[in-house]
Amino acid sequence: MEHMSGDNQKSSLRKDIDENLKRVYEDALKEEVPDRFKLLLEQLKAKEGKK
Amino acid sequence: MTSLPVAAEDPRDAMPDHIPSLRAFAISLTRNVSEADDLVQETILKAWSNIDKFTVGTDMRAWLFTILRNTFFSSKRKTRREVSDTDGAHAATMFEKPHHDGRLAFTDFSRAFDKLSPEHREVLVLVGANGYSYEEAAQMMGVAVGTAKSRANRARARLCELLGMAEGEDILAEQSGATLAVMGRSGFQAA
Repeated sequence: MEHMSGDNQKSSLRKDIDENLKRVYEDALKEEVPDRFKLLLEQLKAKEGKK
Repeated sequence: MTSLPVAAEDPRDAMPDHIPSLRAFAISLTRNVSEADDLVQETILKAWSNIDKFTVGTDMRAWLFTILRNTFFSSKRKTRREVSDTDGAHAATMFEKPHHDGRLAFTDFSRAFDKLSPEHREVLVLVGANGYSYEEAAQMMGVAVGTAKSRANRARARLCELLGMAEGEDILAEQSGATLAVMGRSGFQAA
């Protein structure tokens, strides 16, 4: 099952691509999230509370 | 009478939890952090005022992703920024051939990913990186399931092309049922 048939090579390339895609996404996920979004949500919530 | 000023279970209370993945999705689409941040900001505002359209108990992240991608693509249409990848052919020559063992180098991969159209980046990030099913991705993109699948296949083939793997189209074309069974994937048409 481990020897490289053509089909195994194909699926291993697909796996390779998906692993790289996950890494691209995880790199983006590692970017520090600015406070502005937390503040924005707090402001929206505070405004809602006053109604 | 049942709705109190501060509802005990406002689904919006869950929104902060989704900001990091929402932003990562925005960065994947725009490949530009400041553009991504504006997009996330707009998405939060839209989601906040349209929360009545969210069905409690369904996937909130998918709902937010949908708002974000719709905002992104509709503003893209408006500004008519170039969507075509006219530099694709040129870009292909910039990449090293894959290593002898066939493993992809991440820096090359990352550069190739940047060269994809936003539509191709979107489907690959939803399905390949986030693990959404084609059905879920199709719903988020507002297209038929078959369209989502063929878009993903074309996106993968394009990546291979950009990486200088001429056989990319062959390798990633629709595969036989037997292969798919081995791969543990379902739902592909055996053509």
